[in-house]
Amino acid sequence: MTNHWIDLKNSDCILIMGSNAAENHPISFKYVTQAMENGATLINVDPRFTRTSARADIYTALRSGTDIAFLGGMIKYILDNNLYNHEYTAEYTNAGFIVGKAFGFNDGLFSGYKKNEEGPSMGSYDKSTWAFEMDADGVPKIDRTLKHDRCVFQLMKKHYERYDLETVSRITGTSKQDLLTVYKTYSATGKKGQAGTIMYAMGWTQHTVGTQMIRTMAMIQLMLGNMGVAGGGVNALRGESNVQGSTDHCLLWHIWPGYLKIPQSSNDSLDAYNKAYTPVSKDPLSANWWQNYPRYSVSLLKAFFGEAATRDNQFGYNWLPKVDDGKVYSWFDLFDAMYKGNIKGFFAWGQNPACSGSNASKIREALGKLDWMVNTNIFDNETGSFWKGPGMDPSKIGTEVFMLPAAVSVEKEGSITNSGRWMQWRYQGPRPLGNSMPDGDIIMRLGHKIKELYQSSGEFADPIINLKWDYETHGEFDAHKAAKAINGTFTQDTTIKDKVYKKGALVPSFALLQADGSTASGNWLYCNSYTEKGNMAARRSDKDAPNNIGLYPEFAWCWPVNRRIIYNRASVDLKGQPWDEKDWVIRYQGQVDDGKYVSGKWVGDVPDGGWSPMQNPDGTRRTDTKHPFIMRKHGHGQIFGPGRADGPFPEHYEPLECPVEKNYLSSVMVNPTAVVYSTKADAHATYDPRFPFVGTTYRVSEHWQTGLMTRPQEWLMELQPSMFVEMSEELAKLRGIRNGERVKVASIRGALEATAIVTKRFKPFKIGPDTVHEIGIPWHFGWRWPETGTEETANLLTPPAGDPNTRIPETKAFMVNVTKL
Amino acid sequence: MTKAILIDTTLCTACRACQVACKQWHDLPAEQTTNVGSFQNPQDLSDRTYKLVRMTETVIENRLKWLFFPDQCRHCLDAPCLSMAVDESAIYRDDLTGAILYTRNTRHLDPEEINVSCPYDIPRAGNDGIIAKCDFCNDRIHNGLKPACVTACPTGAMQFGDREDILSMADDRLKRVRKKFPGASLLNPDEVSVIYLVAFDPSVYSDYAVAQAHQGRGGISRSVALRKMIGPLARMMHIG
Repeated sequence: MTNHWIDLKNSDCILIMGSNAAENHPISFKYVTQAMENGATLINVDPRFTRTSARADIYTALRSGTDIAFLGGMIKYILDNNLYNHEYTAEYTNAGFIVGKAFGFNDGLFSGYKKNEEGPSMGSYDKSTWAFEMDADGVPKIDRTLKHDRCVFQLMKKHYERYDLETVSRITGTSKQDLLTVYKTYSATGKKGQAGTIMYAMGWTQHTVGTQMIRTMAMIQLMLGNMGVAGGGVNALRGESNVQGSTDHCLLWHIWPGYLKIPQSSNDSLDAYNKAYTPVSKDPLSANWWQNYPRYSVSLLKAFFGEAATRDNQFGYNWLPKVDDGKVYSWFDLFDAMYKGNIKGFFAWGQNPACSGSNASKIREALGKLDWMVNTNIFDNETGSFWKGPGMDPSKIGTEVFMLPAAVSVEKEGSITNSGRWMQWRYQGPRPLGNSMPDGDIIMRLGHKIKELYQSSGEFADPIINLKWDYETHGEFDAHKAAKAINGTFTQDTTIKDKVYKKGALVPSFALLQADGSTASGNWLYCNSYTEKGNMAARRSDKDAPNNIGLYPEFAWCWPVNRRIIYNRASVDLKGQPWDEKDWVIRYQGQVDDGKYVSGKWVGDVPDGGWSPMQNPDGTRRTDTKHPFIMRKHGHGQIFGPGRADGPFPEHYEPLECPVEKNYLSSVMVNPTAVVYSTKADAHATYDPRFPFVGTTYRVSEHWQTGLMTRPQEWLMELQPSMFVEMSEELAKLRGIRNGERVKVASIRGALEATAIVTKRFKPFKIGPDTVHEIGIPWHFGWRWPETGTEETANLLTPPAGDPNTRIPETKAFMVNVTKL
Repeated sequence: MTKAILIDTTLCTACRACQVACKQWHDLPAEQTTNVGSFQNPQDLSDRTYKLVRMTETVIENRLKWLFFPDQCRHCLDAPCLSMAVDESAIYRDDLTGAILYTRNTRHLDPEEINVSCPYDIPRAGNDGIIAKCDFCNDRIHNGLKPACVTACPTGAMQFGDREDILSMADDRLKRVRKKFPGASLLNPDEVSVIYLVAFDPSVYSDYAVAQAHQGRGGISRSVALRKMIGPLARMMHIG
């Protein structure tokens, strides 16, 4: 979330689309309710009427996978009706940037496209054709009047001209009247002093165009001036209590802690690596915060290798594994490699891929090709027991499976980072039961053992032997030691701006991290979380900030540097005064002399950089200032996003499996850069009469993830005892299915049994000339429990296709059939 | 000052945290349920389910509604079940909190009679003959805690406090809610300690959302009819 949970209460209009917050983030509705009590309008757009829809002022349905068409229509509406915040759009976004002459878009394809002959990626773009035009000094050319015919604003206008109501309605199945109602209501937040927010989750990420769905909304938020303001932002409701923390600390393959890049084999020295990922801006008004990259990467290496990391050995850079250039190691790719027999050992740690991964049958088959698997979890699950699962012959499976019982969260001390980026410390409750252990202890012991083995022999032992591995006290994992290492320490007596920091002292903030080895920090983004003043995450003050908007700056800690609303320097006008006087985030209090600020300071939230405002009160420009979007190279919010794999503007494409014969916007059917796998276990079927209905997956309030923690819980099983499939009354009639009867749901990849819930909450869609039915299934079940073994995961049906930017699978839109048993 | 709960159904999201919190505090066993084609489960109250979120799909003025009604004992100010029982060792009222409380001695009562006496169709007997229902979390209240269901509610749909405060809160809420839902109403506020606020015709939420005379689960028996008739008299005698 750019904002945070409590801040939802400050919104004037909340759009819940791509998530089902009432059911899956129930606490969020405490704040949604507060906003509504203060007069906010709640809009919900979802293929199915949910418990969220039940509370919404405005509800409408769209066919799964058509969100870009829906939101593209909103962009057109905002532009046609001149509803955007002109000053914000011109000054704070790249709307005025001039795009080079090489850029083009024709019939669904952007310039620079090349089809891939070998998968899994269907194709890629030469993004150099999307570059901005630069002036002689290397600064982007900007027309802040937004009139230049190659400026981003005009290109965007042209791009979304095609997204008229008629076309959008034909694609989404949403009535024109409903589209207009949503557009009109939400666009009203473009007025100064009004804030609109978006709450999205896996309903947007899990598509072959998932990243671009979120980008479409980000563009809307920028144009309406909703980024950086209270009650605004782009808010991802994360799917687990600590998934934000795990992302920040590099659970994903392509990043290091703090969103540093994973080194590639061609980055053959630390200097080459730093040079490749440190952006350079020639604009004196761009903070270009990532210019500090080497300070963060070197501090991270110092945290990894301690004293052993020296300037002479490039701080241990060459001890780290590198990924092959251009090769992808995502979830999909790992299991693809495992399926092909190229991975022999596997730690399934706190996960249940046999149920959670898209196209789960392939994953189950892949597990059988391993030599060994270690299942670290609080209970046995479908992954650890895959060898005795449905359709498996244990006598033919050679995989040796070990179970390491793990302690549950309340039995451990440590921190979690919630969706709002708040790092919150938790104390240990009861001690772990039996021989179960906190993950920290398991991994510490594992590390010690591996180090011991490498002391005597082993190829390339240096990285293992030199790894700093001292996060224990009295032989037990010590979360405080880990947290301090993550924050960072001075590795030698250091003097910065006349202040002396002793060796071993905790670094107060990432602004003090150094690229010379004098500081170590396990994650620059968390530097400031555990300082000489104490454990910031453990704070519990209920005192609010002076703006009284629910920031509670001394409750827990949030990255970066306790800034509760990021991009907050865009919450003020050029003179540093808030767009919204009532719910202001920051404001500049300056001494004015002759119309000019002569001194001053920001009050409210921690500002995105302490530079003075862009203009003086008399309207003259200042030179000691920076553009507000400090993490972007050019300092501007990106309406044009030339970094994405699939195009600088979001474009509607159909899901890999879809119910229509053609894309009503172009002749390109599916995202031409989508990732599609192609082993014999990876079938797909689109516009195929055998699988005529759209299928989608979701969660319910009563279960959690693959159900590992909730399916053995009887009170929860009482509420949702079995796998179900929701369908409209019309579809039930078509198939002769009665409410409550067991039916078969099948895709080309597999089939499962489910109880039919025939409901008014699903309605058939009118798509062009066709009537399209959609069904929905939860993904919380698995054969291991309940004991009947009949309740299976939705992921037996979901497709082997993903988003080109993230490789997140398209589990929200695929094709199925539903029949009586 | 007795206590009261306000349940504003216009704020309920049917997350059912209240339903689970109730089971947890009272350590009640789960029921073996099946999905009968609805999210609502169990299908009805029982001696082991004191709180149940009833869920109804309906179309009102051409708009689909999914209505949620967290059903439970109303803890009537003048409780017919208590009058019907005439046995303080089985059913009694805690005058400090207003809770209507059932004991194990309810096994000596006729469960049919007690059920039929309840205008909200709440009390249920188990196989052991003990009649059970929501106890207002009276033990929690006496220890300075709110009822478990109220504590668990994430949206503030359930509020707990002194009766007078809750009544005034209910009036305020009704005024606000009526701006959006002109047909909104409070259900029997002068007769119960658990006051519901609903946006639409209460009978759509539950057959017994408002007090109803009913025939009981197996039809009304002669003895029940008789008891119903003499109930008020018996109660007067009891008080005397």
